[in-house]
Amino acid sequence: MIELDRVSKSYGGRRVVDALSLAVAAGEFCVLLGPSGCGKSTVLRMINRLVPCDAGAIRVGGTDITAIPAETLRRRIGYVIQSVGLFPHWPVEDNIATVPRLLKWPRQRVERRIGELLELLRLDPAIYRGKYPHQLSGGEQQRVGVARALAADPELLLMDEPFAAVDPVTRLALQQEIARIHKSTNKTVLFVTHDLEEALRLATRIAIMNEGRIVQAGRPLDIIERPANDFVRDFVGHQGRGLRLLAVRTVADRLRRGESAEGEALALDAPLSEALSAMTMRHTDRIPVEDGEGRRIGVVTLADLVR
Amino acid sequence: MRGVRLLARPLLWIGALFAALLSDMPALRPLFHWAFPAARPAIYDRDSFAALFLSHLAIVAAAGGAASAVGIALAVFVTRPCGRDFRALVDRLAAVGQAFPPVVVLALTVPAVGFGAEPTVIALFLYGVLPILANALAGLEGVPQAVREAAAGMGLSPFQILRQVELPLAAPAILAGVRTAVTVAIGTATIGSTVGAVTLGTPIFDGLAANKLPFVIEGAVLVALFAIVTDLLFAALEARLRRRLPA
Repeated sequence: MIELDRVSKSYGGRRVVDALSLAVAAGEFCVLLGPSGCGKSTVLRMINRLVPCDAGAIRVGGTDITAIPAETLRRRIGYVIQSVGLFPHWPVEDNIATVPRLLKWPRQRVERRIGELLELLRLDPAIYRGKYPHQLSGGEQQRVGVARALAADPELLLMDEPFAAVDPVTRLALQQEIARIHKSTNKTVLFVTHDLEEALRLATRIAIMNEGRIVQAGRPLDIIERPANDFVRDFVGHQGRGLRLLAVRTVADRLRRGESAEGEALALDAPLSEALSAMTMRHTDRIPVEDGEGRRIGVVTLADLVR
Repeated sequence: MRGVRLLARPLLWIGALFAALLSDMPALRPLFHWAFPAARPAIYDRDSFAALFLSHLAIVAAAGGAASAVGIALAVFVTRPCGRDFRALVDRLAAVGQAFPPVVVLALTVPAVGFGAEPTVIALFLYGVLPILANALAGLEGVPQAVREAAAGMGLSPFQILRQVELPLAAPAILAGVRTAVTVAIGTATIGSTVGAVTLGTPIFDGLAANKLPFVIEGAVLVALFAIVTDLLFAALEARLRRRLPA
C-alpha cells in the first residue's frame, strides 16, 4: 500500500530523514516508533505531500505520489494529527463531511455517512451532529477527528501521535477504538508515536526509527525478543522486557486445551500480562480460557507463562 | 413585556432617535427658539439633513469600502507564501498612511484633485487602511496552525483554505477593524466640509462661520448619533459572527 524508496529530507543542512526505505502492506497497522525529533512525523507528512521530499520516491497504492495533484492524493488519505485541527466554526457534522463534500458526493450519501461514522466512533448522532468543536472534550474531539479522516473511506490512514494529548484513560479508550476500527475495516494504518506501550498495543508491525533511519522493523514480539542493536534495546528497555513480552503474547500462545479451572475466564486474544495479573490477584496458578463464543476451551498456567 | 425588552436594545431607540431627527429636525424649532432667541433661522435650512446624511454616508462608504478592500487584500497577500517577503514593507506603508493627520492629507490633495468630496474620500481611505489591515493580519494569523494543517492534509486547495477556513475564522477580527475605521471616518468626514464635501459637518462649519450656535449643535448631534448607530450596528454584526466561535 505504501512504499518509501530511499527517501531523504534535509532542513537547513540537517538530514532529518536519511535514505529511508519502508514498505507497508495493505491492511497492516504499522507503527513508526521513535524518540522525539527522529524524523517520524516528517516521514508521515511526506506521504501526503505536506512536506516535499528531497530525494527518493514514495508510492501509495502503486502510484507515485508526485504523479497526481497533491489535493487529489490527500483526499484519498485519511490524516489525523495530535492537535486534531477541527474547524472551530463548523459543527461536528460539517467537519466530518469535509472530504466527501470536496469529492462532491451527493447530499444524501454525505448525510448517511455522517451518521455511520458517528456511530462507528460511538458518538450518538442525535447529540453530537450539531455540536461545535469547543463544546466537546479532548477525547470527543479526537473521535470526531478520526471520523473526519475516515469520512471518504480512504484506503490509507496516517495518524501523527493522535492520542498523545489526551489523558491516559481517554487514550486507552481511543486506542481500543482505533484497534477495533482497524480490525473491522481492514484499512492500512501508518501510526506515528514515541510511546512504546501504545505501539505494542496497536501494531501488527513496528518500525523503530532513529536519526532519520529505520533501525529495526518487525512484529512487536520480534522487536522485544530480538532487538537489532543497542538503540532498540535501550528504547524497549532492559528492565521489564519480560513483562513486555507477556504484553505482546496472547493467551492463545500458551493455551492448554481441554483442561479446566475455576473463576472468571480470559479471552483467547487477551495478553499474557493480563493472565499473570489475574493469577496474582486471585492467588492461583491456573486461569480458565474461553473462545470468541464464550465456550471454555482450556486453561493457562503460571508455569506456561515462564516457559 | 416586548416593549420593555426593546428598550434594552440601545440600537433600536438610538436608531429611532437618529432617524427622527434626520427627517423632522424642524419640529424642534420651538425648542431652539426658546433656547437661542437671537438665532434666526434656528434650524439649518440650506439643505435637508437627510440629503447631508446621504452625502456623508456615501463619502464614508466609498472610503471605508476602498480601505476594507485594500486592507483585507493586503493582509491576505502578505500571509500567503508568495507575499511573506512584503510583510514588513506593507506594515510600514500602512503606518505612514496613519501618521498623516487627515487635515494634512486634505491640504495636500485639494491642490491635486480640487474641492469637493474627493479629497475627503482620499484622506479617510488612507486613514482607514491601517486599522483594517492590522486587524485582518491579526485575524488571519490567529487561525490555529493545527486547523490549517488539517485543512491542507484533507486536500483543501490553498484557495479553499482561505475562503472556507481562514476568512471565516478571521471575520470577527476583520470586522472589528472595519468598525474602528468606519466609526472614526464618520467623525473625521465632517472636516471635509471645509474643502467642499457635503456632510453633516457642513452645518457645523457654516454655524461656526456665521456664529450660529444652533447649526453647530444640530450638525454635531447628528454626526454623533450617526457614529453611535453605526458602531452599534457593527457590534451586533460582530456578536453574530462570534457566536459560533469559542471564546
